[in-house]
Amino acid sequence: MVNIPMSSVSFVSRDLAVKRFAASDAFFRLLTRSAAYLVLTLLGGFLVTLAAGSWLALSTFGMGFFTSQSWNPNPDILKFGALAPIYGTIVTSAIAMALALPVGLGIAVFLTELCPLRLRRTIGTAIELLAGVPSIIYGMWGLFVLAPVLQNFENNYLVPALANVPVLSSVFAGPSYGQGVLTAGIILAIMVLPFIAAVSRDVFETVPPVLKEAAFGLGATTREVVRKVVLPYSRVGVIGGAMLALGRALGETMAVTFVIGNDPKVRASLLAPGTTISSSIANEFAEAKEAMHSSALVALGLVLFVITLIVLAAARLMLMRMNKRAGV
Amino acid sequence: MQPDKARLRSLPARRKSANALFQGLCYAATALGLSALFLILGSLLYNGIGGLSLRVFTEITPGPGSQGGLLNAIVGSLIMTVLGVLVGTPIGILAGTFMAEYGRYDRVTPIVRFINDILLSAPSIIIGLFVYELVVVPMGGFSALAGAAALAIIVVPVVVRTTEDMLLLVPNPLREAAASIGAPRSVIIRSVCYKAAQAGIVTGILLAIARVSGETAPLLFTALGNLNFSLDLRSPMASLPLTINQFASSAYPEWQSLAWTGALIITAAVLLLSIAARVLMSKRSGP
Repeated sequence: MVNIPMSSVSFVSRDLAVKRFAASDAFFRLLTRSAAYLVLTLLGGFLVTLAAGSWLALSTFGMGFFTSQSWNPNPDILKFGALAPIYGTIVTSAIAMALALPVGLGIAVFLTELCPLRLRRTIGTAIELLAGVPSIIYGMWGLFVLAPVLQNFENNYLVPALANVPVLSSVFAGPSYGQGVLTAGIILAIMVLPFIAAVSRDVFETVPPVLKEAAFGLGATTREVVRKVVLPYSRVGVIGGAMLALGRALGETMAVTFVIGNDPKVRASLLAPGTTISSSIANEFAEAKEAMHSSALVALGLVLFVITLIVLAAARLMLMRMNKRAGV
Repeated sequence: MQPDKARLRSLPARRKSANALFQGLCYAATALGLSALFLILGSLLYNGIGGLSLRVFTEITPGPGSQGGLLNAIVGSLIMTVLGVLVGTPIGILAGTFMAEYGRYDRVTPIVRFINDILLSAPSIIIGLFVYELVVVPMGGFSALAGAAALAIIVVPVVVRTTEDMLLLVPNPLREAAASIGAPRSVIIRSVCYKAAQAGIVTGILLAIARVSGETAPLLFTALGNLNFSLDLRSPMASLPLTINQFASSAYPEWQSLAWTGALIITAAVLLLSIAARVLMSKRSGP
């Protein structure tokens, strides 16, 4: 009989504690869930905000916004067409990928197949670290170091050498000012290079050693193992990694803004100055006084976001497929 | 017979030479890539180290054509980075916690992961435009708060990713052991899972700081930059990358030299943070 009040007291306090735990658990659960939903809404928020901000320009110019290359922020004219920035974005990224992809894959093959084990970690880490160097550093280096060297080379050797070749003479028409589409493409290539190398190396490492050993055992050379075993096995992952790099190149701002010359015109020559979507926004947005001018720049941002969204989504889907197969 | 025989004899030779060419190209690619990257770091060191002195850290940015330092830019960078990380980290950790713990088998989790991966590599200038429309326009002007908001949005996906990955690595028996002595889910997560994944989560935060401290594009039309010393969060604030951007594209040699010095400081800071993150991770996974 003495025990009854005691146990009922402890029962009540235990009940209370369980209730309190349940309440705090539900609260914490709700908190984490809403944080996850917040991440989810961020992307939608980007799209809605950009669409709203670009409405003025897109409704005024319609489809002409994508086909015209007249970009005139003069308050009396205010005509905006996005062709030149879109063209510049695509061409600089294409140059960057054409240069960086073979070199990056070469580095990845070196790191996985040829490099002595002792150096492998060191070089791999160095490349990963360089992938984190801020893009403004690449832009500054391009402006002060690379551009003068390229200008000298292009004006004195490249342009004269190609002067009489039919197509190339207009693609590489002088004079070069050092700053231009080609320079921007090269800087972008250097910037995405460590990224491509690191991702491809990770992808190559998912190839089961047994497969490679079997091929080597049959007497295959390194080249044959890479071409007939490693690349077929890891193709999806390599393409996914390359598209991830392309997504970076398309949206890169600071590295390009320094070296592209910022002239909103479509020109045949790669040595001529041009512009990209991101560098147009970076250069003009803070100074845009007219509502139409800012709206046109936000519309450029929307175009860029949609392009990179498609590229990045495709890249992620490919990498996910790759990981599924590797059993990660 | 003769050509066929010749071809047979030369097949191993051809495979050998093709292989030698392939390997040579791989070595050349590595040499080219590494030398380009070290050329950049080398010229950064060469051009930046001369300007490195005490006054860089004690004086504010000079007017055109005079001497000065980068004090306001460094302080501005620190303030906005700290604010951005303080806001972005809790959101990121909570979202990552949901994905790895409560919502591990939830239908939205793969979608959140997919969207987060896209946000991770979305162009940062778009984030600048977003914050401009969302913060700068309603507030009526550029401000350090807007800059910090833009940086926070960059921090979130980095932290979400590492938090989720690290929590998924925590072995389930740990959770089961805690549950068997009566701990509710939230207590298990906070005092068992977070403890076990601590090093990994801190690594993620360090990487986020490294990423954010070099960002320029999202600050261009949110924080704007400021040549004077300002601690006011409601007005434009200087930051190291913004100052580098402005000074490097100017025509004044004093400004250009300060830009190199600033670039050196920021690169050193970013590299140190990434190395610290790596050391932390390897300590954790080591014996």
